[in-house]
Amino acid sequence: MRKGFRIAIASGKGGTGKTTIATNLAKAAAEKGTTVKYVDCDVEEPNGHIFLKPKIESRKDVMVSVPEVDKDKCSGCGKCGEVCQYGAIVHLGDKNVLTFDNLCHSCGGCWLLCPEQAIKQKQIKIGQVESGKAGNVNFIHGILSVGSVRSVSLIRQLKQAVDSEDLVIFDVPPGTSCPVVESLKGADFVLLVTEPTPFGLHDLRCAVELVRKMGLELGVIINRDGCGDDKVQKYCESEGVEILMRVKDDRRIAEVYSAGGMIVEVLSEYKEAFAHFYESVSKRVKG
Amino acid sequence: MKIAVTSTGNSLDSQVDARFGRAANFIVVDTETMDLECISNDAVSAAGGAGISAAKTVVDSGAKAVLTGNCGPNAARTLAAAGVKLYANVGGSVEDAIEAFKSGQLAESTGPTVESHFGTGV
Repeated sequence: MRKGFRIAIASGKGGTGKTTIATNLAKAAAEKGTTVKYVDCDVEEPNGHIFLKPKIESRKDVMVSVPEVDKDKCSGCGKCGEVCQYGAIVHLGDKNVLTFDNLCHSCGGCWLLCPEQAIKQKQIKIGQVESGKAGNVNFIHGILSVGSVRSVSLIRQLKQAVDSEDLVIFDVPPGTSCPVVESLKGADFVLLVTEPTPFGLHDLRCAVELVRKMGLELGVIINRDGCGDDKVQKYCESEGVEILMRVKDDRRIAEVYSAGGMIVEVLSEYKEAFAHFYESVSKRVKG
Repeated sequence: MKIAVTSTGNSLDSQVDARFGRAANFIVVDTETMDLECISNDAVSAAGGAGISAAKTVVDSGAKAVLTGNCGPNAARTLAAAGVKLYANVGGSVEDAIEAFKSGQLAESTGPTVESHFGTGV
């Protein structure tokens, strides 16, 4: 049963501070008595655990189905190859059918259409989901297996866990491609973390466009505020995008971060700032 | 015997396309009669699996050998499974490539010549 609200923290550009914002927001909200779940959707390079240091209580392999053809049953009709949009199953005449596990998206078209029911669903492992507790924050992340390209499937299964918390935070991977879209799905609000530089602005534009296409509400956080230029601010003003928080370009933050620490645990003024920020966002989302 | 040559254009004067999966066209030639057929490659703009899809096109054309520049692992596996011989590292005009094949100057490739996604320019 879904209870609370879901915030996705995304950026477009890598290294803007998504995980820093996401983990500190999780901590600050939990300190206020909110039940919080932190979901690290960056399954190719999860790193929220470095800051939250969770105690992992459960590990689960994540499997997906790919086709396996029983040549004794195959009639050589070729319907499996015709339906596949990814070249993951190809019919080369007679009963010569070839499969490519790595290209399969597990859509199920081939085994549903096979008139001879000659296609079995073989299970392959694409990664793991680990969950546990990081103090008063419920923690979960996905780890994509080396060599697997099924990040979207892993993110989908990672997000399937029942949310009984007041606040669920999705730490979204960088970019604007399929894994980002999958991570943003179901969010009530999207926070886009950017930095006031030409690189930050370029990728912020892409991210804003994507989030708007998905019909989701969004706001911006400017990290390392004070460095760079004012073009991000001007862009936000012209696009009607609200800047919800600014995190100063502060050497002390960089020092805490580089030691794997949490800003809200070390620097008291940021503890206040994040708690206040959480309250304003939750008011805004709940209307 | 029918052979398929990856081609940037649609005639014998065209250059051999250096990419297999994302080649513009396949020129299929009967080496005895020199009958020509130009098949456009639908896989050229595929999101993924272009090599496999292109190999399927070649197999369906009835060609028993492919002349191309480079060929990735999925395409090479598909061609091998269908018994189509691969001759990679072929360049120049399509006509020259066919002549080189007919006079036995080309060496058969034993496997892929490049990694996956080589021809996508990424």
